[in-house]
Amino acid sequence: MNINATLLAQTIMFALFVWFSMKFVWTPIVAALDARKKQIADGLADAERAKLDLELAAKRSAEILREAKAKAGDIIANGEKRGSEIVEEAKNQAKVEGDRIIAGAKAEIDQEVFRAKEQLRTQVSSIALAGASKILGREIDAKAHNDLLDKLVAEI
Amino acid sequence: MSSEAHTSAEYIHHHLQNLTYGQLADGTWGVAHTSEEAKAMGFWALNLDTLIMSFLLGAVFLWMFRSVAKSVVAGTPSGLQNFCEWAIEFIDSSVRGSFTAKNNMVAPLALTIFFWVFSMNLMDLLPIDYIPLLLGSFGVPFFKVVPSTDPNATFGMAIGVFLLVLYYSVKMKGLGGFVGELTLQPFGKWGMPVNLLLEGVNLIAKPISLALRLFGNMYAGEMIFILIALMGGAWAGFSATNVTLFGSQILLSLGWGIFHILIVTLQAFIFMTLTVVYLDMAHQEHH
Repeated sequence: MNINATLLAQTIMFALFVWFSMKFVWTPIVAALDARKKQIADGLADAERAKLDLELAAKRSAEILREAKAKAGDIIANGEKRGSEIVEEAKNQAKVEGDRIIAGAKAEIDQEVFRAKEQLRTQVSSIALAGASKILGREIDAKAHNDLLDKLVAEI
Repeated sequence: MSSEAHTSAEYIHHHLQNLTYGQLADGTWGVAHTSEEAKAMGFWALNLDTLIMSFLLGAVFLWMFRSVAKSVVAGTPSGLQNFCEWAIEFIDSSVRGSFTAKNNMVAPLALTIFFWVFSMNLMDLLPIDYIPLLLGSFGVPFFKVVPSTDPNATFGMAIGVFLLVLYYSVKMKGLGGFVGELTLQPFGKWGMPVNLLLEGVNLIAKPISLALRLFGNMYAGEMIFILIALMGGAWAGFSATNVTLFGSQILLSLGWGIFHILIVTLQAFIFMTLTVVYLDMAHQEHH
């Protein structure tokens, strides 16, 4: 239990241990602890940000959905309008076409009637002539009565 | 009875003698085989047991932490890394609690002190006769297993701390500031001699109290273990007294050992905390 040079040796040993512990033990372990602290903080911040992002995304998706719904509604309404327009147009067209066909047919009928009348008129003169000749009992000279006949035809 | 008292005294004496290496009376260098020889060696002698044990313990502590520090990962820690991180965070928080200035050396210093002192103190819990007997059979005359029961070890550390206190006092306050702190308070410049006396005692008391507190606690603890060990050591054949003594030894050393776990940890913690506090005071401009 004497004080001797062990004292000095212990002081030196102590200093070396402290130096070693500072240089090779404390620094790396504390660096790792700090790194982990940062990792955790970053992770938490990321989670927070992700949560915010999620909220935003949910909001945006709801908005998009609403927009899409409105658009779809518009499109449907437009389609319906357009459909009815087309139907209307077709109706009109059909009417016009029908009218045109009717008009054509009428014109044809008129023409036909006119032709028949003409034919009839020419035949009437000959019938009348034949009738008259029967009544008169002799041939009527067509040449001689041509002007008479013409007058008759014009009258009919 | 007198011969038994003699052997008890020898037993105690044997357990309190360090293995000292130095110059013997005949001029050769060697290990002292008696306390008188050790005393005669004077200052230039080394306590081999203290040196070897404290070096081994410090090396084990540093090796353990170093092995963790080499493979340290910031991710999920496991096994030993958990323990080392817990230890480092414990030291770091207690240093932060009592050390206000900024110094990267204080926390590792505190870590080293705590674990070194703790492991040295812990040797107290080894059965006191085993290692001296084992080494004795190889011809080693003495072996004190607990380095902190050697005042050389505790004063060695305390002097290291004291040098740091002086260094940082001068570094932070300047030589003039430090001298001023020693001489100009508490009574102003006209009370300079008294101030110097008071502050000088204050300053010197720091390392002495550090060293003696640890040494005193561990030495007393060791002494009680030795005294308890004497109870069974008095064994001389089967008799009611001897059996009672033997049983008491077991119970008492168990009880004292369990209580000593507290002292071992507490003394290591106190040494560490006081070091940190002294260094903090050295960093303060005014105190």
